[in-house]
Amino acid sequence: MTGAAKKVLSPIPGVFYRKPSPDKDVYVKEGDAVKEGDVIGLVEVMKNFYEIKAEAAGVLEKFLVNEEDVLDAGQEIAVIVAES
Amino acid sequence: MIKVMSPGLQTTVQDNGRIGYYEVGMPPSGAMDKYSLTVGNLLVGNDENAAALEITYMGPVLQFQEDAIIALTGGEIPPKINGQPVPMWETLSVKAGDELSFDFVKQGARVYLAVAGGIDVPLIMGSRSTYTLCGIGGLEGRPLEQGDELNIGNQSKHQVPVGTRVQSEFIPSFSKVNEIRVIVGLCSYRLTEESKQRFFSIDWTVTTEANRVGYRFKGERLNFVEREQPFGAGSNPSNVVDLGYPIGSIQVPDGVEPIALLNDAVTGGGYATVGTIISTDLDKMAQIKTNEKVRFVAVDIEEALQARKENKQKIEKLKQQLFQL
Repeated sequence: MTGAAKKVLSPIPGVFYRKPSPDKDVYVKEGDAVKEGDVIGLVEVMKNFYEIKAEAAGVLEKFLVNEEDVLDAGQEIAVIVAES
Repeated sequence: MIKVMSPGLQTTVQDNGRIGYYEVGMPPSGAMDKYSLTVGNLLVGNDENAAALEITYMGPVLQFQEDAIIALTGGEIPPKINGQPVPMWETLSVKAGDELSFDFVKQGARVYLAVAGGIDVPLIMGSRSTYTLCGIGGLEGRPLEQGDELNIGNQSKHQVPVGTRVQSEFIPSFSKVNEIRVIVGLCSYRLTEESKQRFFSIDWTVTTEANRVGYRFKGERLNFVEREQPFGAGSNPSNVVDLGYPIGSIQVPDGVEPIALLNDAVTGGGYATVGTIISTDLDKMAQIKTNEKVRFVAVDIEEALQARKENKQKIEKLKQQLFQL
């Protein structure tokens, strides 16, 4: 059984990254389990890197944006399906 | 006292700026959107130059340790007190223990939090504005951090009744596509005629490099007129002999991406400045986000001065309305 799907939004505009740095692995792969507070990506704006965190535990079902896409504020980044 | 529970993305103390030191290389800093700062200060009865918090893209969480009168102006980052939505552009009362937080940004980029009495930080060269690149002004010369405590000052001039509201004609509207008025020059002669025309006929997209120092735009490459390198100028065609950069001036290093220099920018250098944003439209520029579009529109100095005059008259009219209440 799958629980409720929750979308993770970017609070700020900027460039989206799934990796902590270019030579590292992605924070989370699609299908991975995440805990509340886990970092799933970064948004870069004004030379700051803002960590996007999972707001609830569950499985990160899907990313809705690609690496290095420029996001608008409020744009949907990923879907997390809650554990049931 | 106001306690910073969470600082937001970049929250700084700003007033009208550190005016009068430009020739020694000190930019003014100060609120990016001066109109919104002024209206915020009016709504709480402050001296117009009182320091407020400038909040960018993402709001802080602030806990008031004492009763206070506040107002929030600028772009739309919906504010909440103890989790309940509260209006912007209105005089609000908060009680000791209340917590101010914000939803995601809806429109615009910067919100001003004015507090009756002003934010009390030391005056540095006549201003309380934060200039982060030099680490001066504001709170220890830096953006707010978790755990900071801000004192409330005594720059209150009037008592403004709670619930006083700015009428809609005084509230700016925001768009994802913006016209920004520019005076052509000082070094526009360096661009080819075709590039000069292109500069004013395409939509430029604001990149992620857009902050208090300047905004960088993506669009298309601009070309410079061929010339023999003058003595004292750099070798790139976009270089000229060093000159002062007006605030709002636009340069195009190597012709690749135009940069509009803003409140915290370098005061001079060796790039050709092809135009300067008129002072009135700097407020509008301050509310444009990464990924939004700008179309530059050429105006002459008379039109720029007229816009400035109308902006001043608008503030005078607002003062009359507010203080008749």
